[in-house]
Amino acid sequence: MLNIRDKGAEIWEGWNRPTRSTFVIGLIAVVMMLPYAGNFSFTNILNTPISSYQAVLVYPVGMFVLMALGLNIVVGKSGLLDLGYVAFFAIGAYTAAIMGTHFHWNTWECLPLGMALAMLSGVLLGLPTLRLRGDYLAIVTLGFGEIVRIVAVNNPSIGGPNGIANVPNPPKTLGVSFGLDHMESFFWVVVIMILLIIWMVRRFTARRPGRAWEAIRQDEDVAALMGVSTLKYKIWSFSIGAAIGGAAGVIFASKSMYVAPDMFSFNISVLILSCVVFGGMGNIWGVILGGTLLAYIPERIRFISNARQFVFGVALVLIMNIRPDGLLPRKKREKITKAGE
Amino acid sequence: MNLQINDLHVFYGKIEAIKGISITVNQGEIVTLIGANGAGKTTMLKTVSGLRPVGSGSIIFDGQDISKVSAHERVELGISQAPEGRGIFPGMTVLENLEIGKYFRKNRKAEMNEDLENVYNLFPRLKERSGQAGGTLSGGEQQMLAIGRALMARPKLLLLDEPSMGLAPMMIQNIFRIITEINRTGTTILLVEQNAQQALQRAHRAYVLETGKVVKEAKASDLLNDPAVRAAYLGTGAAEGHH
Repeated sequence: MLNIRDKGAEIWEGWNRPTRSTFVIGLIAVVMMLPYAGNFSFTNILNTPISSYQAVLVYPVGMFVLMALGLNIVVGKSGLLDLGYVAFFAIGAYTAAIMGTHFHWNTWECLPLGMALAMLSGVLLGLPTLRLRGDYLAIVTLGFGEIVRIVAVNNPSIGGPNGIANVPNPPKTLGVSFGLDHMESFFWVVVIMILLIIWMVRRFTARRPGRAWEAIRQDEDVAALMGVSTLKYKIWSFSIGAAIGGAAGVIFASKSMYVAPDMFSFNISVLILSCVVFGGMGNIWGVILGGTLLAYIPERIRFISNARQFVFGVALVLIMNIRPDGLLPRKKREKITKAGE
Repeated sequence: MNLQINDLHVFYGKIEAIKGISITVNQGEIVTLIGANGAGKTTMLKTVSGLRPVGSGSIIFDGQDISKVSAHERVELGISQAPEGRGIFPGMTVLENLEIGKYFRKNRKAEMNEDLENVYNLFPRLKERSGQAGGTLSGGEQQMLAIGRALMARPKLLLLDEPSMGLAPMMIQNIFRIITEINRTGTTILLVEQNAQQALQRAHRAYVLETGKVVKEAKASDLLNDPAVRAAYLGTGAAEGHH
C-alpha cells in the first residue's frame, strides 16, 4: 500500500533549502487564496451548496483544524484523553463576547485574555485531575466540558440560554477589513494562527518538552524514573492545548458575532477528537487533514440533506476500518534502522 | 551513600503489601531481596524509587527522609531504577532511550558522550543497535538498555527489579556479570530477584521476604548454604543428597 507520509518525507528530504522555502511559501499562498476558489469555474467544485463557502472555510474548517491541532498536543503528543475540549473553546468565545460587548475591547485585545483564561482554567482543572489516568481523566474532562456549558445556561448575567449577541467584529487592521462580507480576512487570521501553532509544535517536539511528553505517553511511571516531572509536563501540555482552544473561541465569537451555550455541546469535543484520531494522532499533517475533511465534507454534501449525517458516519466507520491509525499516522519506528545509515 | 528503611508499611487500597520492613543498604554493597511471587519485592523497590506512596515508616537516603519526595526528584538525589518488565520506550531508538536517562541532569550536554561511551563499553550490543527502536530489541538487549539507561543518570544507588526475568540462561549469566562490574566501579545496588541462586552468588547481603515481612537477613554466602533457604528458594534443599 502506498505510504503517503513516507513518500512525502522522502521527496522533502531530497530537496535543498531554497526548493523547500519556495514550496512552503507557494503552499501558503495557495491556501490563502482558497476563499476565492469558489469564484472560478475550474475550482468551483469546492463550493459548498446551501452554506456560504467562505464562511465554511472559517467555521467549521479553519476552527476545527485549529482546535484539532490544540487537542493533538494533549491527546496525540502526551496521551491525555480530554473529552471536554470544547470548554476551552467556550471560555475563549465568552471572553470575547463579554469583553467586546460590555467593555468594548476589540478582538486583538480579547485574544490574549481569552487564551490566558482558557489556560488558567486548564491549569486549575489539571492540577487535581492530571493525577488521574486514562479513563478517569476522560470522565472528569467530559464533566468539565458539560459544567462550563451548564454554568453558561444558568447564568443570566451572561445571557443564560440566549447567549450574547452583537459581539463586535475585529476592527480594520493593516488595511484588512473584517465582517460578514469579508469572511476571507477571518480565514487568513486562522491560517496565520495555524502556521504559528505548527511552528510551535515542531519546536516543542524536537526539544525537551517534546521528549518529556513522548516519554509520558509511552510509559508514565518510567518517565518519572527518568527524572521527568510528569505532573508539570502534563499540566503544560493541557494548558497549551487549552490556550489554543481559547484562541479559536475568541476568533469564533468575533466572526459569528453571537455566542450561546448550545454552540458548545459535547458534540464538538467528540468531533474535534474524531479529527485527531481520523487524521492520525500525533502527526500534525494528519491532524490538519483530518480536521479539514471532517469539517468540510458534511458541508459539501449538504445537498443530500437528511442522508448527510448517515453517509458521513458510514464513510467514517469504513475509513477507520481500512486505516485504524488514521489517514496519516505518526511514524512508527518498528522497522530496523541501523545507526549511521 | 546510605539507604535506611525503617518499619515501612505500604498499602494498595486497604491491602497491606509491606508490613513493617526495615532494611539497610551501605555504600558499595550489592544487597538483594529474594522471595516468592507476592512477597512484596517489587513494591519495596517502587516505594524506594517513589512510584508507590509510603503508608508509614521512613526511607532515609544520605541522612535525608525522602518518603515525601516525588519520584522524579529522587532521581536527582541519586536513585535510579531499571523497572520491572524493563520499561523501555518502544517507539524511541536505543540512543534516545539512553539520552532520556539523563533528562534531569543540569550539565547533560557535557556528560553525554562520556556516559554513552561508558554504557557502550559495558554493553557493546547497545552501540550496534543504537539507531534501532527500543521495541524491536530482544529481551536481553532490552534489559541491557534498561540498566544502561538507569546508569546515564549517574546514580549513587541503582535499583534493579528482576533483571533475569524471561532471559535465556546465557544472557542471565552475562547480565549478572555486568551487574557485578557496575558495582565494582562504585555504584551501590539494591537487587530484587526470583533467581535466588544468581542473586545470592553476586550479592554481599540478602533479605528474605515473605508476604510483606523480612523473615531472614544474612550474608548472601551464608544464605546460599542455608538449608531452609535452599529448600524454599533454590529448589535444591531436598535433592542435595543426590549431587
